[in-house]
Amino acid sequence: MTYIAKPKIDLPGQKRNELGLTERDYEGAMSTLCAGCGHDSITAALVQALWEMSIAPHQLVKMSGIGCSSKTPAYFVHGAHGFNSVHGRMPSVATGALAANRDLICVGISGDGDSLSIGFGQFGHVIRRNLNMLYMIENNGVYGLTKGQFSASADPGSTAKKGEVNEMQNINPVATAISMGATFVARSFSGDREQLIPLIKAAIAHPGCAILDVISPCVTFNDHVGSTKSYAYVREHLHRASGADLVMPADEISVEYREGETIPVEMHDGSTILLKKVDSEYDHTSRPAALGYLEKQRQAGYVVTGLLFVDESLPEMHAIAKTAQAPLKDLAFDELNPGSKALVELQKGLK
Amino acid sequence: MPATQNRINDFVLKIGTVNGTGSASANGLLMKALFRMGIPVTGKNLFPSNIQGLPTWYEIRANHRGYMSRSGRVDVMVAMNAQTYQKDLNEVSPGGFLIYDSTWPRESSLHRDDITVFGVPLSKLCNEHFEVARVRILMKNVAYVGVLAALMDIELDLIRTLLEETFASKPKLVASNLEAIMIGYDYARENFSCPLPVRAEKMGDNAGHILIDGNSATGLGCVYAGATVGAWYPITPSTGVMDAFKAYCNRFRTNPETGEKNFCIVQAEDELAAAGMVLGGNWAGARSFTPTSGPGISLMSEFIGFAYYAEIPSVFIDVQRVGPSTGMPTRTQQCDLMLCAYASHGDTRHPMLFPANPKECFEMAVQVFDLADRLQTPVFLLSDLDIGMNDWMVPELEWNDRFKPDRGKVLGPEDLREMDRFVRYLDVDGDGIPYRTLPGEDAKGAYFVRGSGHNRYGGYTEDSDEYQDVMDRLLVKWETARTLVPPALLSNAQRKTPLGIVAFGSSDGAVIEARDALAEQGIYADYLRIRSFPFGQEVIDFLHDHETVFVVEQNRDAQMKSLLTLETNDIADRLVSITHYNGMPIPSECVVQGIARHLDAEAAA
Repeated sequence: MTYIAKPKIDLPGQKRNELGLTERDYEGAMSTLCAGCGHDSITAALVQALWEMSIAPHQLVKMSGIGCSSKTPAYFVHGAHGFNSVHGRMPSVATGALAANRDLICVGISGDGDSLSIGFGQFGHVIRRNLNMLYMIENNGVYGLTKGQFSASADPGSTAKKGEVNEMQNINPVATAISMGATFVARSFSGDREQLIPLIKAAIAHPGCAILDVISPCVTFNDHVGSTKSYAYVREHLHRASGADLVMPADEISVEYREGETIPVEMHDGSTILLKKVDSEYDHTSRPAALGYLEKQRQAGYVVTGLLFVDESLPEMHAIAKTAQAPLKDLAFDELNPGSKALVELQKGLK
Repeated sequence: MPATQNRINDFVLKIGTVNGTGSASANGLLMKALFRMGIPVTGKNLFPSNIQGLPTWYEIRANHRGYMSRSGRVDVMVAMNAQTYQKDLNEVSPGGFLIYDSTWPRESSLHRDDITVFGVPLSKLCNEHFEVARVRILMKNVAYVGVLAALMDIELDLIRTLLEETFASKPKLVASNLEAIMIGYDYARENFSCPLPVRAEKMGDNAGHILIDGNSATGLGCVYAGATVGAWYPITPSTGVMDAFKAYCNRFRTNPETGEKNFCIVQAEDELAAAGMVLGGNWAGARSFTPTSGPGISLMSEFIGFAYYAEIPSVFIDVQRVGPSTGMPTRTQQCDLMLCAYASHGDTRHPMLFPANPKECFEMAVQVFDLADRLQTPVFLLSDLDIGMNDWMVPELEWNDRFKPDRGKVLGPEDLREMDRFVRYLDVDGDGIPYRTLPGEDAKGAYFVRGSGHNRYGGYTEDSDEYQDVMDRLLVKWETARTLVPPALLSNAQRKTPLGIVAFGSSDGAVIEARDALAEQGIYADYLRIRSFPFGQEVIDFLHDHETVFVVEQNRDAQMKSLLTLETNDIADRLVSITHYNGMPIPSECVVQGIARHLDAEAAA
């Protein structure tokens, strides 16, 4: 058995969120990933972010494809439905689920193999549809479960554990997403919780497809000298372009910010993402500027993190389709079935 | 020259034209006029995979006895396409008639002594009458309707009424179309002896019947079933299903004030994604489906296996066409039986429904959702191009307003409140079907869907016994499916016989006509029309009750015969295949000849 339920212990004095739930209520089963896996840090960040946002567990759906990353939905929010689907196809299942019930809060967890190789098509098209979800890529540059092959995000010149050098160009999910018209694109590092948690919250609040690429070192197959996705390499080459914070609708923006350094981005639900500029050169509202900046820093050897691009004005899937406000799954049969009289009328035109 | 028999309300009219020249509306006009004269009629469109320029044919069969299949005859041919003139000429049955555009001469070698050929200078007449080049081409095709109306006694008043209905918003078009029709009509009356012995005669009004294609009926069925999520990737010949679903939803499911839609159609990036959307939609509680064709099913197969094992209701509509590969996308076959029955990797098997005509497409499109929800598994509706894209005359579709959909075993928040604990894959009722919950309703009902090993409680497992326990329970569910799918329909011969015929889907019409023809020769056969898979006891009984059972189907490898052999015991030696797989709908003579040939060979042995 590799599925181990965590014992649920209620400690007195635990903090509770607006729903009266403790952070433990947002945990899932015990992780079966390797000790030290970056993915587990991301899971912990998700737990904290979802708890802080007071998201009702039953309102959440956790979607994934196949791979180490795709196992992680089992490790958070046990009270939410989860769907560990087939390799590279998480976006399509999420699309169907949200088509059926637009009120669901959808967190999709994918990996670099799942999104940039087998699922590259679905990655592109879920962005095109602007499906209202958090689309997280737990990006480690390597295939772990099949023991160490390069993935499409491996940097040219980086080496595999056994010494093989990757000579192919990499696919950069954030640059790809920005160029394909994504409405929210961010990158972070599993070892940077301080930045990651607010980015997760902002991504969930964003009314559209929020791509969040998180560099997440694979301690077993990609944490050696020569890897560009190791803890040591990423820490050394990290370049924070921006940070973010989410202010919920009910809360006042209490942080003092200086003009030009912190920019409020208003979301449709009334919440506000506070975008903190770390690099004053950075412009998160311009696709060409974001792409140019990313490329410049890449050439200089840096991994840029932060909220890289956001445009909350573009319509998401249901706005484009003009779908009813009520979840389709809740519509009564009488509302959906035209009835016998309509059928008789309709057939007058078929004679 | 053989004498032409009188063929009143019993003829095949075939029209050869060029794709994209407006002939479809001319042919539709003829078909509807015959229908309104009360004559049972069917129209088969034989078209290329092309938008404009290639040859295309339309075959109308009028038959007072109501036979719907192709007969193999052509009594009147309209050969408008010089490119196919030789082929069209050869196809006319002895004693038949051919009409062609005599504006340009045909080669004298293209001639037959056993038929009558009428030349009508349609292009010349229309060029003299109409100004614009495109209008001349279109009107040339309308003008042959006039020629046929004169030659075959098709009522002009009806044609006029139909034009007025069609172009209600564009009265100018009514006038110009009528002019073209009169050009042809007058020319035929002046130059030929009208009417021909092959002709129409009013015999009623076809009350209680409609003309409809199977794809429209299927799309309408999905609306009546309460489907709200449609995911698809365009592929001939299934595209019409989603076109119809969308059109009927726009009509019946759009709020006239707000413009909000009580449905969501997603045109996916490919069939793999369409299948994923169907799973996601049904998992989240909305009736979701995808229409596709064979190549699409191939692409969806991974998800189909996932849905089987994870027990997600899902509806796959396969409008079959010629295979393999991309095949001939505009030609018909019944060739995806084996593909759908066992689609995907590992041990999988799926229920299938086989509608035989558009009316059954409508009814089974409703049933297929009930079955998927009840059985929590992928269910296939297998139509084909012949049913899907051709116009069929069928009894009016009916709806019972007391109908309530069967959403299967779904537990809501109130049910969960009364339970200590919810587990996903436990068979508590003995029918092999577990209970499920929907996301977004109650944290107590939360479970984790996975294609990997799970035990009866829904927990992850790699334990051999726990895995096998689930696989064995799925077989119990299969037996439940056997009792729920629509039963085969039996039609006994006028006298006791050791011969049986088994067919399904669009082969039905050919078998019905063939049985009458065989009976006239003193050959009697009982007929069982299979309407679903898994096979019910009535199928097994039929096979055991007959010494010889002819299995009629439209594919090369006798897929239905293979399924029967695989799924039943000790019957293989009594099954005789009659297959038809050239891409054209099976004609009745194929069945007659197949059976007669087998009986002759047996008699000689």
